[in-house]
Amino acid sequence: MTLMEFFTTHWLGQLIVIVAQCLAITVPLLVAVAYMTYVDRKVWAAIQLRRGPNVVGPFGLLQPFADGLKLVLKETIVPSGANKVLFVLAPMITFATALIAWAVVPFDDGWVLADVNVGILYLFAISSLGVYGIIIAGWASNSKYAFLGALRSAAQMVSYEVSIGFVLVTVLLCAGSLNLSDIVKAQAGGFWNWYWLPLLPMFVVFFISALAETNRTPFDLPMSEAELVAGFHTEYSAMAFGLFFLGEYANMILLSGMGAVLFLGGWYSPLPFAPFTWVPGLVWFALKIAVLLFVFSWTKGTVPRYRYDQLMRLGWKIFLPFSLLWLVLTAAAIQFLG
Amino acid sequence: MIQTLAFYVFAAVTVVSAFMVIAARNPVHSVLYLILAFFNSAALFLLMGAEFIAMILVIVYVGAVAVLFLFVVMMLDINIAELRQGFLKYLPIGAAVGTALFAELLLVLGVWTTSPIANEMLRAKAPDLARMSNTQALGQLIYTDYLFLFQAAGMVLLVAMIGAIVLTLRTRPGVRRQRIADQIGRRREEAVVLVKAGVGEGVSS
Repeated sequence: MTLMEFFTTHWLGQLIVIVAQCLAITVPLLVAVAYMTYVDRKVWAAIQLRRGPNVVGPFGLLQPFADGLKLVLKETIVPSGANKVLFVLAPMITFATALIAWAVVPFDDGWVLADVNVGILYLFAISSLGVYGIIIAGWASNSKYAFLGALRSAAQMVSYEVSIGFVLVTVLLCAGSLNLSDIVKAQAGGFWNWYWLPLLPMFVVFFISALAETNRTPFDLPMSEAELVAGFHTEYSAMAFGLFFLGEYANMILLSGMGAVLFLGGWYSPLPFAPFTWVPGLVWFALKIAVLLFVFSWTKGTVPRYRYDQLMRLGWKIFLPFSLLWLVLTAAAIQFLG
Repeated sequence: MIQTLAFYVFAAVTVVSAFMVIAARNPVHSVLYLILAFFNSAALFLLMGAEFIAMILVIVYVGAVAVLFLFVVMMLDINIAELRQGFLKYLPIGAAVGTALFAELLLVLGVWTTSPIANEMLRAKAPDLARMSNTQALGQLIYTDYLFLFQAAGMVLLVAMIGAIVLTLRTRPGVRRQRIADQIGRRREEAVVLVKAGVGEGVSS
């Protein structure tokens, strides 16, 4: 048996290949998450005319690792009234759900861990699971601030998931497939062929709902410092807190990736001719994610926090009817025009 | 071999967690076991090649329904001693409901295996996987072959929804509501007065 045969046919070889592929996705992702915290703080600082982290390493580039090391070395405190198993389980759920969704995201043509037929549904299902980590954390902490934060977060994430669902349905109506690679291929060509242009209102709805899904400003009510100390992770310390923190940033990167795949043409270059097509698709995909992430940070630095009733009103009374209407309009346009 | 192993693992976890839903002392743990059971049933669907149903199960039941369950159960003031109190009193009713449901299940299963119509449907050829994906086949059935039944089911759900709203909607007098249009329509001139306060004079209203 040659080495090639071992890796393609023997079960042990296949297992090794799959584990290696998983590592090839998660390790760069975790580095990206670490640097996202750095970039977030830098952008935020620039908006406020500060310098941001600049002490640890050149330009403060080692700051994320210093923070990580600090969190690892701190003591994990479990409150005496807490439900211990669930208290420990909650940050793991948050972190794991943020990572496993990447299994179906296509990084380049054919560069996908699991090219499943229902990829978009898988993404939606996994992103709707993230709420469990937060609810369980809030309940298991046995603290009123954590519990209130968890309730707010659950209500908010469930509400905005509905409009994200309609956005996804609209996109898959246009692409005619549930497979993420096929959705990207349906947008082949320059940036004028991507879905952000024909579905511009849905792109806006998607981005705002993504802010709400990831509990970012202006929808960061679950951890609004002024009212709830730190919301659902008030009682968490050390690496348990670190997992929530990383999970939140990983979720942001995931939703930006979803935005890039669904609306910004995934791995395609914005101008479909040389020299732009010489750049590998992976780079274009990463750049698109980076642009969306910058808008996340930008929003955080510019917009004040919503009031809770305004948040619910926006979700249920504006986004839901609007996205439903656009869904019907898109379906009609596809039926009668295309 | 791995498929069989996976089937037994998922099936065992489903059964155990379904049992724990009724056996767990804490209602929140019950709901969490229920979620685990949903998850493993989704995995069983995946093993059967029904990926669309598996994903919908996770999205609808785990992502939405169970969140609301958890929401309600978490708010309960749990007193385990009190919960246990009526156990013997309600046991006969519970047993009766359980027996009835079990009998109905047996009936459905029995009819399904003996009825000629069902047998004919079982023998009907499943659509070719190469030509039509699982999702497409389901869509064909629901939106083309059985469109009116599907619409009727939708109407039943709509009636249930309206019923729930009618039952819970109450108009209380004297409630001050926010009028968003008024809030947004406010102009700067109506809201803010700029006063140049001289040193040592202050501002007199």
